[in-house]
Amino acid sequence: MRYRVTHTTIYEYAEPFSSCHNQVRLIPRDLLRQECQNSEIIVDPTPDAIDRHVDWYGNIVESFSLNEPHESLRITAVSDVEVRAVDPVMFNASPAWERVRDQLAGESAPATFDALQYIFDTPYVRSAPALAEYAERSFTANRPMLEAAWDLTKRIHADFEFDPDATTMNTGVLEVLHRRRGVCQDFAHLQIGCLRSLGLPARYVSGYLRTAPPPGGERLIGADASHAWCALWCPALGWTDFDPTNNCVPSESHITLAWGADYGDVSPIKGVVLGGGEQKVKVGVDVEEAGG
Amino acid sequence: MNLTSGHLPHAVSLPWRYEAVRGHHDEMLAADGVVRAHWQGLVEELGEIGADELSRRWMRGRQLIHENGVTYNVYGDPKGLDRPWNLNPVPLVISSAEWTRIEAAVAQRARLLNAVLADVYGQQKLLEDGRLPAALVLGQPSFLKPLHGLATPRGIYLHLCAVDLARAPDGTWWVIGDRTGAPSGMGYALENRLVMTRTLPDVFRDCRVTRLAEFFGQWNDSTLSLAAGRREQPRVVLLTPGHYNETYFEHAYLARYLGYTLAEGRDLTVRDGKVLLKSLSGLLPVDVIVRRTDDAFCDPLELREDSMLGIPGLVQAVRLGNVVVANALGSGLAQAPGLAPFLPGLCRHLFGENLLMPTVATWWCGQAGALAEVCERIATGGRGIVIKAASGAQMREPVFAEQIDARQRDNLVRQIRHRPRDFVAQEQVRLSTAPSWDDGLLTPRHLMVRVFAAAKSDGTWAVMPGGLTRISGSTESTVVSMQRGGGSKDTWVLSDGPVNPHSPLRPPGAPVEITRAGFVLPSRVADNLYWLGRYAERVEFGVRVARAVLRRMTDDLEAVELPGLLDVLSGADTRTDQRWSDMPLSKRVIEQLFLEKADGLMPAPVRLDVEQAQRIAGSVRDRISSDAWRIITRLADEFVRPRVSSALQLNHTVDLLDRSMITLAAFAGQAIEGMTHDKGWRFLDVGRRVERVLHLAGLLKWGFAADAARIRHRNEAARNENPDDTAERFADTGPAGRQPDARRLEAVLDIANCAMTYRSRYLTTVQAPPVLDLLLLDESNPRSIASQLAALLDHIQHLPLKDSPAILPADQRLLVELLTEVRVTDVELLANEPSPRVHLSSLLDRLYKALPALSDILTRMYLSHARPTHQSRSAGELDIRKMQ
Repeated sequence: MRYRVTHTTIYEYAEPFSSCHNQVRLIPRDLLRQECQNSEIIVDPTPDAIDRHVDWYGNIVESFSLNEPHESLRITAVSDVEVRAVDPVMFNASPAWERVRDQLAGESAPATFDALQYIFDTPYVRSAPALAEYAERSFTANRPMLEAAWDLTKRIHADFEFDPDATTMNTGVLEVLHRRRGVCQDFAHLQIGCLRSLGLPARYVSGYLRTAPPPGGERLIGADASHAWCALWCPALGWTDFDPTNNCVPSESHITLAWGADYGDVSPIKGVVLGGGEQKVKVGVDVEEAGG
Repeated sequence: MNLTSGHLPHAVSLPWRYEAVRGHHDEMLAADGVVRAHWQGLVEELGEIGADELSRRWMRGRQLIHENGVTYNVYGDPKGLDRPWNLNPVPLVISSAEWTRIEAAVAQRARLLNAVLADVYGQQKLLEDGRLPAALVLGQPSFLKPLHGLATPRGIYLHLCAVDLARAPDGTWWVIGDRTGAPSGMGYALENRLVMTRTLPDVFRDCRVTRLAEFFGQWNDSTLSLAAGRREQPRVVLLTPGHYNETYFEHAYLARYLGYTLAEGRDLTVRDGKVLLKSLSGLLPVDVIVRRTDDAFCDPLELREDSMLGIPGLVQAVRLGNVVVANALGSGLAQAPGLAPFLPGLCRHLFGENLLMPTVATWWCGQAGALAEVCERIATGGRGIVIKAASGAQMREPVFAEQIDARQRDNLVRQIRHRPRDFVAQEQVRLSTAPSWDDGLLTPRHLMVRVFAAAKSDGTWAVMPGGLTRISGSTESTVVSMQRGGGSKDTWVLSDGPVNPHSPLRPPGAPVEITRAGFVLPSRVADNLYWLGRYAERVEFGVRVARAVLRRMTDDLEAVELPGLLDVLSGADTRTDQRWSDMPLSKRVIEQLFLEKADGLMPAPVRLDVEQAQRIAGSVRDRISSDAWRIITRLADEFVRPRVSSALQLNHTVDLLDRSMITLAAFAGQAIEGMTHDKGWRFLDVGRRVERVLHLAGLLKWGFAADAARIRHRNEAARNENPDDTAERFADTGPAGRQPDARRLEAVLDIANCAMTYRSRYLTTVQAPPVLDLLLLDESNPRSIASQLAALLDHIQHLPLKDSPAILPADQRLLVELLTEVRVTDVELLANEPSPRVHLSSLLDRLYKALPALSDILTRMYLSHARPTHQSRSAGELDIRKMQ
């Protein structure tokens, strides 16, 4: 499937800001089943230079700054992405989850090195007994890890209500667990927290969903905006994505932008603004099917 | 055995009683009670001086510390800001042979920790091979992922490393901890040395102590070489979190000593990937940042988003190779106590060497065996172990397991089992003791020594011959912490060879280019100097008014009425509506005015001004001479210290004010004679003169013309305009008659410090026209309004302008206008005009409005980027939330 993704963010300020420094992660990553064929970032007002580097997680980061007073900032990213469907994974063929946990708990080894960093606490996701307890109903003794993780995904979808007003950026994972509501980012963090509390490596994935549903399909929650889900590592199989918000394993309808240990590592746009007073943000995401 | 030359190893008898503590190593006394060989020189010298003389000299030492403003801020204590530095006059003596071993061990450790950092921020072979647990790196917030893979000059991350050492009862030294992020203490060690050499110069010389200067010279050379190939004269700044930081004193001190510009995060900006210093001469490129701000706080864009101390975009500038930060961002990782168990193995693996000095026994609970052992030891009483955060984060206070009860111990074990990777347990060392001077007695105090190593440009590490010795607050206490009331000592490393008596920062013979430019002036500093000038003048005026009032009271206590005069002074205080003139001019008023904080009625404005001046001076410590600082400290002491009994002692107060006048004159003199007449000095003087015009205008108004209703109205207007400004100094009541009251005019002359001049010129009774001429027009009188305006114009013509405009800049235009208007004034006419003297009033009013306007223009033209700007985040999180 080919898509054209257009992601527009407009910041408006009550008074002119004196300077701003921004970093954006808006270029979709290349994966085995995803190829970013073309990508363009347009910043208005135009900065003198946009520097590009690859971050610790392999995401492409672009940095720019503005040093003249402006009252608004508009960042538009347009990308053409080719996505193939995920190969079916036999969840019940994965190893028992305890084996993976024990393997990672031992001394570090080259084979597990990439996964290891994702079992640790991060600013937005700290493991906790309550999370382990919630997860353990799916992670029964010796259950194949991916089967258990898929069961956990379905349970989160069933137990939690989508509610944009229930949480803020600062709502902790435990609070989300308690309230049983939130948005995609909360659910992704929640599932990551559950998995890490069991000693399993899980990461945060940011991306997009196709705007129009496939023929006969339902419109997905989170289309029209940045979306987020999580992924779990398994020896031999590598990473498998799970989308607790939409109760699915991400495939042709999900476009992967970036990943990290939690939201803080991959926020699509971040910046520091000096001056400017109150700030208003408008965001638009459009994921059009481009045929093919 | 190492003996100080000239002394035989016979028992030197102690001049004072001293008993070592059983079960601890004593630095001075051997187990048999004999003074150790390397202490004998010091003991003999102190014996010769004698207790009385030592006490006397040490009073001078304490005075030096106080006047040099050596302070250490204690967090969480409202009175803790600027706590005087606690130095004990008896140094810690270390023999040359022993030092050689310490030096080698510390240099090796710095090299090792640097190699660990180089791996962690580079290849990560140690992690992949499991030689270093990933949890201690990847799982730590102190591992700054954005810094991974960024090159550092010569592969150096740790330009400066501090190691805390302690000596166990058997006499062996152990490493207690490392400081790799932004190690503090070096400046204090240097200041300790300075105070010691001033108070005990003979002792210091005779003991043949190794000097520190060479080390600082090496460190400086190495820092400058980081900018190699960039610029002939690289610009180095010392980045400080600001004057609320616990060790701000030494940031300012080191910056001065090394000639670096002291900069806060907001003094720097990143443009086009380059770090620039916001200075009065515009934006100047910075090559090296010597960092004293914790690394995670250095860039709110890529590191801690909540930091207000950082420079947005700094990491990007490092990434582009446009600036060197020392220590490298991210180097704080290496101070984690959790690393300790792995260092011996890493040292063998990386260097094929054994670790020369062991770390105190440390168990990292992330290892199953260690976890079991630690939990077992805690459960059985926890004797002799202390539990800390594995990361070294300060958030978690160390817990002494034997000092908590069984229930708390259970709880601790549960916490550790829940997150074993977050904890280490360490064996407590029974710290050695050294004799300390304690009010005429010599008592043992427990100690630790912080030793510093600096990376040299040739790739080896130089170790400072000495260090910062910290001692416990009492013999009983074994807690050694400046935050908790401990003290410090100078550390004397004895020399075997000749001691270089001179201590130049640069080696003799190194060519120095002659320059008149001096230090760069950050805009924030210019702004502060401007306000320092204003407050200094404000204090001086306050003291003059107060003295004028008091002198008249001592002459004839209750009879004297100078209505409204105190209002001239109190106009600045808009926080209360209480006006001085509403109160009887009684003892109570005077007391409140000068000496006591009022009972909620009104604060003593002069004293508040002194405090304010001292605070501002504190934030520009690196810019004013140590003499000027000493004067301000003395002034603050004069105002804050004396407690006057409720029975007012007028004479005492007048004496106090006389003394303060002398101190103030000393400050003014120091500013004129002791400061280079650079731009900083100009800003100080501009502030002073702006303030002086305002006072003179207020004073003349009070003396010649005033109309209560109009003044009150104007005061309110001025208040709304700029609450910071002293834009209201007018008296409510004025003379009703045609001629101003002679007593008023006398007071005016007195307060304006022109009484002498007047008398020498006129030898007659005080009359209005000559008084007005002297204070308004006479440019030969350094206290007249005209001469202030002329001086201001001169200053402003010397300030740098970005581009030379065809027309006169706004500030100069305004001043030329004012000066002309004053110069063409007909004094006779104004003075003889009947009350309410509309023309004089309107002239004074114009001055009154124009000076704050000038202040605004100057701010806009020169200091605009000194003003704090609100920092906010524009984050992408909003897009998810807004849209769904």
